[in-house]
Amino acid sequence: MTKTNENIKADLFTSDTQIKKARLAKMDKTTRRTNLQGKISKNIILLGLLLFAFVILYPLFWMVVSSMKSYDEIYNNVWGLPSVWHFENYATAWSMGISGYFFNSLFVTLVTIVLVVLIGSMAAFTLSRYKSRWIDVALIFTIGGIMMNPQVALIPLFEMLTWMNLINTHWALILTYVAYRLPLTIILIRAFFLSIPRELEESAIIDGCSEFGIYARIYLPLSIPIIVTTIVLTAYFAWNEFMFATVFIDSDVLKTIPSGLMNFRDALRTDWGVLLAGMVIAAIPMVILLVFLQRYLVRGLSEGSVKG
Amino acid sequence: MIARRNRMIPALFILPSLLFLGIFIYIPLVQNFYNSFFDFSVFSPTKEYVGFSAFEQLFADKVVMTAFINNIKYAIISVIFQVAFALVLATILEDKLFRRIAPMLRIIYFIPVMISISVIALLFNFIYNPQMGLLNSFLELVGLESLALPWLGNATTSIYAVIAMSQWQSIGFITMLFIVAIQKIPKELYEAANIDGAGKIRQFFNITVPQVKEALFVNMLITITGAMLVFNEPYILTNGGPGTSSMTLSVYMYQQGFFKDNMGYASAVATLIFVVTAIFALIQIKVSGTGKDE
Repeated sequence: MTKTNENIKADLFTSDTQIKKARLAKMDKTTRRTNLQGKISKNIILLGLLLFAFVILYPLFWMVVSSMKSYDEIYNNVWGLPSVWHFENYATAWSMGISGYFFNSLFVTLVTIVLVVLIGSMAAFTLSRYKSRWIDVALIFTIGGIMMNPQVALIPLFEMLTWMNLINTHWALILTYVAYRLPLTIILIRAFFLSIPRELEESAIIDGCSEFGIYARIYLPLSIPIIVTTIVLTAYFAWNEFMFATVFIDSDVLKTIPSGLMNFRDALRTDWGVLLAGMVIAAIPMVILLVFLQRYLVRGLSEGSVKG
Repeated sequence: MIARRNRMIPALFILPSLLFLGIFIYIPLVQNFYNSFFDFSVFSPTKEYVGFSAFEQLFADKVVMTAFINNIKYAIISVIFQVAFALVLATILEDKLFRRIAPMLRIIYFIPVMISISVIALLFNFIYNPQMGLLNSFLELVGLESLALPWLGNATTSIYAVIAMSQWQSIGFITMLFIVAIQKIPKELYEAANIDGAGKIRQFFNITVPQVKEALFVNMLITITGAMLVFNEPYILTNGGPGTSSMTLSVYMYQQGFFKDNMGYASAVATLIFVVTAIFALIQIKVSGTGKDE
């Protein structure tokens, strides 16, 4: 990797100015010819990029437009705009069940975020500040958690949660979501904690600050960026999680949006406008949140993927 | 007193997360292996020991074979689109020729990633609908109605229709990961290549690809592991049907466990999934471990 890097650099530095000049002259001759080619290929690529953007956007645009159509128009006038804009589809969707799913999702997501940030940052504090054989074991135990996937644990978790009397409660989702988000969270926060200079805590200890004080008053406030990343990643996961939400919760009143939408569809049968309105309502919060906080999500995902 | 409290605090701080990981991640894993050797149903109080018979059944089961092949198709197509195509796309978006339009396109390509899979899958139900679906209507519009098919209701096309939706949703995600990797490449490399008169395509193969090698590898493993685990997409769109044509291992495990109530057999399927994905995870640990030594 670095070899090519060095080769090219070495090449650049050893070549004397004469060769450079000759090269530049040669480039000049060829640039006029390649300029036209370049322009054509640039425009072809641009067209491709825009076409791909259209392929991505059009279905979403269609979803929003059709959510304000009647069933007849969705069926018979696939491409056109609605003749009458049925904004009331949104009110109907909201009152017919989406509101319940929405607040369930909100509750589950918020509690999951609080627990993940709290428990994860505490573990990261220990893992970054102390060294012993036990800490190493705990670190491997944590990193290993990233490799485990929910699919394999589905049946045992179902048994366990039934035994704990937690099946069909929000806690079935919250506890499992927290567990599966913790490894990545701990690793991301620990990496950040390791970069905090030791002098800060030493002066705090001299000032009589307790261990807990160092964690709460020094480490946490300094780690806001990585904590925001963690919050965004966790929100993204908890808001959209489907499999646990479908298997662990049976009661329609307790369902979160991803699994609730399936019930919603079955209940509506052909009331497609209302179904589409419900889908738009389900999608909006994350899209808005992530358009603004995309930076944090991407950072978390890429750091997590490389380290995981 | 203070010294003792100091020794207690690190342990207290890490205890909750160890409990969470132990109870909800590691115990279920062990429990799953254990369950694979028993025959039981959801609410049965007892489990009957059956030895390796679930695994014998597993290797003779044609549906497991179909599902496994579908997972492999999923993996291959995803590697082509989500890794190879996404890398090209990321390179183009990072090229200064498209500097002005790239930030906008980046967000557009990323939108489907932010939307819950159940919304996307319900939307694609409309797109693939044989009567009013967008796809068939589009084919009619451009005079190709002979190609129109009931995409999800046809045993030959159903799995590809499911895979196509995944590509649509996830290309933007891997593209974003590649963009992050490309941004870390020193700009001088490209400047030097420009002076040497190397074209864009040569720059891509001689600079971009070797420089993002690690990201390329990690993204490939994420994609393959994801394809071997895939549950939501086939479950919502087709539930493995028609027949078992779009079955994947995870959907089959779910159906065996929660519909046919063969919890023991479903656990054996889960064990198979675990073994397959663990192999890829081990490769990843090995490679990213050596990557750090360099």
